[in-house]
Amino acid sequence: MGLSAFKRALWVFHVATGSCNGCDIEIVAALTPRYDVERFGIRLVGTPRHADVLLVTGPVTRPMAERLKRVYEQTPDPKAVVVVGGCGSTSGVFYESYNVVGPVDRIIPVDVYVPGCPPRPEAIIDGVVKAVAKLEKLGAKA
Amino acid sequence: MSGWAILGQAVLALVGGGIVGLLYRGLDRKIAARMQARLGPPLRQPFLDLGKLLAKETVIPKTAVAWVFSAMPFVAAIASFTALLYLPWGPFGPILEGHGDALLVLYLLAVPALAMALGGFASGSPLGVVGAQRELVMLVSYEFPLAVVLVALAWRLSTLGIAPAFSLGQMARYPLWGVVGPLGLIGLVVLLVSLLVVTPAELAKIPFDIPEAETEIAGGLFVEYSGTYLALFYLADAVRTVVMAGLVVALFVPYGIAQPLGLAGAAAQAVDLLFWLAKVFGVMAAAVTTVRVGMARLKVDQIARGFWWRVTAVALSGLLLLALDKVVSG
Repeated sequence: MGLSAFKRALWVFHVATGSCNGCDIEIVAALTPRYDVERFGIRLVGTPRHADVLLVTGPVTRPMAERLKRVYEQTPDPKAVVVVGGCGSTSGVFYESYNVVGPVDRIIPVDVYVPGCPPRPEAIIDGVVKAVAKLEKLGAKA
Repeated sequence: MSGWAILGQAVLALVGGGIVGLLYRGLDRKIAARMQARLGPPLRQPFLDLGKLLAKETVIPKTAVAWVFSAMPFVAAIASFTALLYLPWGPFGPILEGHGDALLVLYLLAVPALAMALGGFASGSPLGVVGAQRELVMLVSYEFPLAVVLVALAWRLSTLGIAPAFSLGQMARYPLWGVVGPLGLIGLVVLLVSLLVVTPAELAKIPFDIPEAETEIAGGLFVEYSGTYLALFYLADAVRTVVMAGLVVALFVPYGIAQPLGLAGAAAQAVDLLFWLAKVFGVMAAAVTTVRVGMARLKVDQIARGFWWRVTAVALSGLLLLALDKVVSG
């Protein structure tokens, strides 16, 4: 079974690391009838154990850093990480804040950045699909 | 029938049941999506999901009881597939007829639920334990009305002198609709309704998906399952849907259309098999898909109380009506 299987059956787990809910609502918007990511086989799942892609939102507050690492380790391989929003990509307005230890790529390896405050659902879908490319590259190596 | 013929049929039934189960899961998701004005995933999506799950890493958590955790997906899948062998497939009787009856199918349907609960308890996650407890609460709630329906039909069949009355093959061969009087007809409808209410609970679909409840207890009893083990549960769930819908069809609408159409031989069997598949799909679409789109998740106590009092009362009144009909019309 090759990794091409991931192309049309991505299961996504959403991790909020102190986000303001803006990005989170845009992620939910991608599931609505207007954008309907299920037609690409993308599904939001309830546990990292089922996930192929981690959608991380928020600037990573101090208490969330340990949890984020743990969620990353709980996700079975092969996996990809997509950061959604300006906070997670660059710390955004929380740059050098005393209780923020992000951006996300300081804590866990990141594959795709989706900037925006918040990014539009189209951009999030595009980011998740780009994560597939990474999974396929892993397949080519193996 | 020789041993080889039975073996061949068994392989056909198992492979066919798996394919039909996954295909129907795809149809279920497509129809649900259309009901919500979405396009929905392609029909082959469950096959893609399964292939992907098999390519993933399978994690066994350190805190889990490893052997129970790894054995339960296999138990669930094997029990679901075994039930296919005791199910009448349209014009064909159960492949292992005479070696097990409707009660065995009932138990084979309960085994995956128990296996999922044990897997949840063994997963070492508090969420898994909560999910497993809910699964057990639901199991003891819906089994009684389900058994009442089965016993009612078998009892009425036995009064007609048909033996063995509990054989699913016999139940499918002698539907009761034409035998009973008006009171009995009402009784049968009432029993059918209670069986249709039990169907989504048996399959743990919305509004009865409290053991999984992914937005609430993060996938419940599947919380620690990944990769191959999750794929086995996925497959078991798809096959159980066919078995449960097939059970409803065998008990209440076992009719074929080949005879009224004047067909005979292989053509008749092919037409009847297709018609059976259509009926199974109809039951699934009515009792699972429509209900799960139209309703929200119920609470644990609502489900327990609902099944113990309301659905059980409905099923028992169906049994009572059948018995009254027998007394009145002799």
